[in-house]
Amino acid sequence: MDTRRVSSAVPRVRQVGFFTPNTPAHQPAPTRSQSGPPTSDSPPLSDSPASNSLSPVMIPPPRHLSDNLGGRAYALPVPGRGNAGEHATVGSYNPSESVLWLESPPRSRIGDEELSEGTESSLGWYRRSNSAKVASSLPSGGFDLSQVKQPESVAAVEAKNPLPEKSEAQKEQASNPKSLKAKTTKAERRALQESQRAAKAASKAEANKSNAPGGAASSKPMKQPPQKKDGPPVASSVAASERGVDRPVEKERKKDLPPPRMQFDDESRVDKAKRRSLLNQPEARNRVELFRHLPPHKNGSQLPYLESKFFELHEMHPSVYKVGLQYLTGDTSGGNARCIAMLQAFQEAIRDYSTPPEKTLNRDLTSKIGGFVSFLIECRPLSMSMGNAIRFLKSRIARLPLTLSESEAKAALCSDIDRFINEKIVLADKVILRHAATKIRDGDVLLTYGSSCVVEMILLYAHEIGKQFRVVVVDSRPMLEGQKQLRRLVAKGLSCTYTQLNAISYVMHEVTRVFLGASSIFSNGTVYSRVGTASVAMVAHAFHVPVLVCCEAYKFHERVQLDSICFNELGDPDAVSKVPGREDVNYLDNLTDKQKENLQLLNLKYDATPSDYISVIVTDYGMIPPTSVPVIVREYRKEYLLI
Amino acid sequence: MDFQVVVLAGGNSKNLTPLISKDVPKPLLPVANRPVLYYVLHQLRQSNLKDLIVVVEGEDAALHVGGWISKTFVDGLHVEIAAVPEDIGTAGALRAISHHLTAKDILVVSGDLVSDVPPGAVAATHRRHDAAVTAMLCSVPVSGSLESGSSGGKDKTRKPGRYNIIGLDPCKQFLLHIATGSEIEKDSRLQKHILHAVGQMEIRSDLMDAHMYAFKRSVLQEVLDQKDTFQSLKQDIVPYLVRSQLKSEALLNGISQAEENGNEKLSSPNNQVLVSKILANASTPSFHEPYSMEPDGSAQTRKTHKCCAYIASSSSYCVRLNSIQAFMDINRDVTGEADHLLSDNIIGPSPKLGTKTTVGPHCMLGEGSEMGDKCQVKRSVIGRHCRIGSHVKIVNSVVMNHVTIGDGCIIQGSVVCSNVQLQERVVLKDCLVGAGFVVTMGNEYKGESLARKEK
Repeated sequence: MDTRRVSSAVPRVRQVGFFTPNTPAHQPAPTRSQSGPPTSDSPPLSDSPASNSLSPVMIPPPRHLSDNLGGRAYALPVPGRGNAGEHATVGSYNPSESVLWLESPPRSRIGDEELSEGTESSLGWYRRSNSAKVASSLPSGGFDLSQVKQPESVAAVEAKNPLPEKSEAQKEQASNPKSLKAKTTKAERRALQESQRAAKAASKAEANKSNAPGGAASSKPMKQPPQKKDGPPVASSVAASERGVDRPVEKERKKDLPPPRMQFDDESRVDKAKRRSLLNQPEARNRVELFRHLPPHKNGSQLPYLESKFFELHEMHPSVYKVGLQYLTGDTSGGNARCIAMLQAFQEAIRDYSTPPEKTLNRDLTSKIGGFVSFLIECRPLSMSMGNAIRFLKSRIARLPLTLSESEAKAALCSDIDRFINEKIVLADKVILRHAATKIRDGDVLLTYGSSCVVEMILLYAHEIGKQFRVVVVDSRPMLEGQKQLRRLVAKGLSCTYTQLNAISYVMHEVTRVFLGASSIFSNGTVYSRVGTASVAMVAHAFHVPVLVCCEAYKFHERVQLDSICFNELGDPDAVSKVPGREDVNYLDNLTDKQKENLQLLNLKYDATPSDYISVIVTDYGMIPPTSVPVIVREYRKEYLLI
Repeated sequence: MDFQVVVLAGGNSKNLTPLISKDVPKPLLPVANRPVLYYVLHQLRQSNLKDLIVVVEGEDAALHVGGWISKTFVDGLHVEIAAVPEDIGTAGALRAISHHLTAKDILVVSGDLVSDVPPGAVAATHRRHDAAVTAMLCSVPVSGSLESGSSGGKDKTRKPGRYNIIGLDPCKQFLLHIATGSEIEKDSRLQKHILHAVGQMEIRSDLMDAHMYAFKRSVLQEVLDQKDTFQSLKQDIVPYLVRSQLKSEALLNGISQAEENGNEKLSSPNNQVLVSKILANASTPSFHEPYSMEPDGSAQTRKTHKCCAYIASSSSYCVRLNSIQAFMDINRDVTGEADHLLSDNIIGPSPKLGTKTTVGPHCMLGEGSEMGDKCQVKRSVIGRHCRIGSHVKIVNSVVMNHVTIGDGCIIQGSVVCSNVQLQERVVLKDCLVGAGFVVTMGNEYKGESLARKEK
């Protein structure tokens, strides 16, 4: 069904860092020594329970309808695109993969009868991606698993198993009629409804057809309808059956998922947000096309503005404001520190809070915290860990018993925050230290990248308990965070080597362990961390050096992410072109304005490391393989909502 | 935002002697037909700071100022006027009102500051670094830069000692050294241990202390209590704080430390240390931290506090009215390049101009002023209800309210205070005429200061 994965029979090399979504995500690495997922290369495992439990990891990333990444005019390299025609039987909507989001404009040219058919199948596509998204975001199966079992399992097959396109198609056909029979009438009615809706959308789209991206987009759907006429029973029936199934799931999704992230290349939305916003959104100029959907970096323009408005932001608590400023200027960075600073600021705000008359604490405080959070987001996008912490706090507020007096409620919240900081961060770190220190042996050469507070603690702890080892600190511009860490390590008497990222392959020879920190870990085991981490992990993997990622469990996130494009953070673009302490290499400084127009600087802050390169994740629940992340997320999420 | 604002509108500055008098205390000295205090208050009001304490030296002056404020800012501001005895200095004035100060941070603004730098910027910088004191620095105003050569002689009045020598750390955020006033001519003493801790210091003389400070209240009150000889904020307290930033008395930090400890009383001390360590490691280190650590890196034994600087961008306007020259400059700039400081139009509603009278650009005419025929006004400010005869030439000058100028007068580069009478064919060049003075017919003065004898 998700035919994107089917084409992975073509051999290819994994890309690291900013790999595009078309790369196959999970090709089990042969050299892997650790206890990975039970990767069996033998084909059909759709019915085995084991594959079902694993499948959430394998499912493609959520694609929002607003995600117009695919709708760009530039061509993403789609390896194996030539194969698309071969499995036309699987679903004739197949070629539309990359033009999925462009369908409505061309559709307007099609006659009505064709329209109903064409849109039907493509809508099935939408639905499919939705259901897949739900499955991925709810690994525990907060809904009835059997309902989405079918697409899920197929997706799993496709992801795991590059070869058997045919068998899959057969299976699909085999499995579909069952559900089809049961719900034909309902499905038909829905189909009719959908087609009408689509016709409406198409007529609307006709209005702005003129600016629809042309080329491949328009030509392909023209071919599409006849194809569908020929042999679409499978496709349409699939779509229909899916639709019947999807309804309750979709409802649940609405309840459970956060609204889609703001896409900063969507002008109307940006405008809307600007009007709503407390602070001014800077004009983004000269941003790299591929990353235009990310929030632009704000330090340069935002700081003076924020400063001049200092006394006008009444509703902002001073401590929250201070934390926001520190985020904005980069005075505070690092996942744990940012999270702690934010929580402490909230704690202070809660202490100074008094419920206005005729309002209840639960509701008013929630909205207040929401205001603080959106302010902080405008200073700097939140990290996953902060998102989790905020979710925790809000759930605590929502669960406050109404019988509590205001002061009691405030005290309870403050102690909750303290508990969160203590248990989820401080104690978690201590547990991680213990675990990780067992993996350090005398004579080891440990490599670390950048500056991670927990890795630093591990190194210091191991040094304290008398392990003999050497440390290689790898660093990279423009942040040069490693230097700060290096200074502290050297001050404690550790023997260190400092090098830059570009020397990683030379230094990796002597390394016996790689310790990395993480900003977040996703359900599929992808590690989201400071940019450069992926390269370190990849090189270590190539040299058969075990990679240990140390991360507190509160940073785990249920999202699935395969690339570092759709979600990332942009840093100060000018930081890339300047070398600190080297005024003589300022070649980019005095460009004329016209030259600058042609120059786009990209300073990404994070990247995604695929789970293949990670041997083990050291977390406060023990050392786990990356495939076990969803389990932790599932169990842990329950726990911290109940804490 | 937990800030209190204190406007120090005192000072019978001797630099401005003929211009200010009992009736016109310095805060009410008109600049472009508005009292100089207006500029500060207007800016604070724009920044949404409406609860102010205005400190005025002397009871009479306080009455004047209070009357004017209540008349001008009827609705917009909630101002508390505090009268303090004269000649106790800025530090003394703060000491006198110290018991009024309750907020966490205090913003102290001089009443003679004409600037468009938002006070919020200083406050934000202060908060961001959690500093003990934050001073606003602006680039030294270009003085006496009149395009015409007529003011060439003015440059002599410019005293180099007016400006500061300021030491900054490499990232231009922290104040490492400040020398003011008379110290500048003497040899300056740099603190060796500060230099050692920072490693690099940038000494600048092109910056001026604009006398807008944000203080941490606890620190300010501590210093005021302990050092009762300190007279002036600018010359005593700020340099003292800057000097002692790496070995501040335990008391300074004792208070803030206790406050911080209060926040985390629930967590066990061990965890608390870890939390603060995580925070400290993650934040950009300033030179204070490594210094406050002992070489073995264990405990914080030496107390430090931070002294920050907010450097106003060079495009913003920022001048203090503390000399005649500055007075002339501000008058010129406010009507000219920095006219955004004034919210309303420049030419009053009903000036009566005679025939063939020309009023050039960068001029200001108050309401109810009358001018005769064939007058020329260039780059000048003329106050309210002035009567100006015919064939009068006014260039680069300030004429205040209710001035009568006879026919055929020529006024160049001069300040003519209120209620002055100039009889026919008076020629003034680079003169200062005190309030109520009468210049008799046909006199010519050059570079003189004319004032009525105090009875």
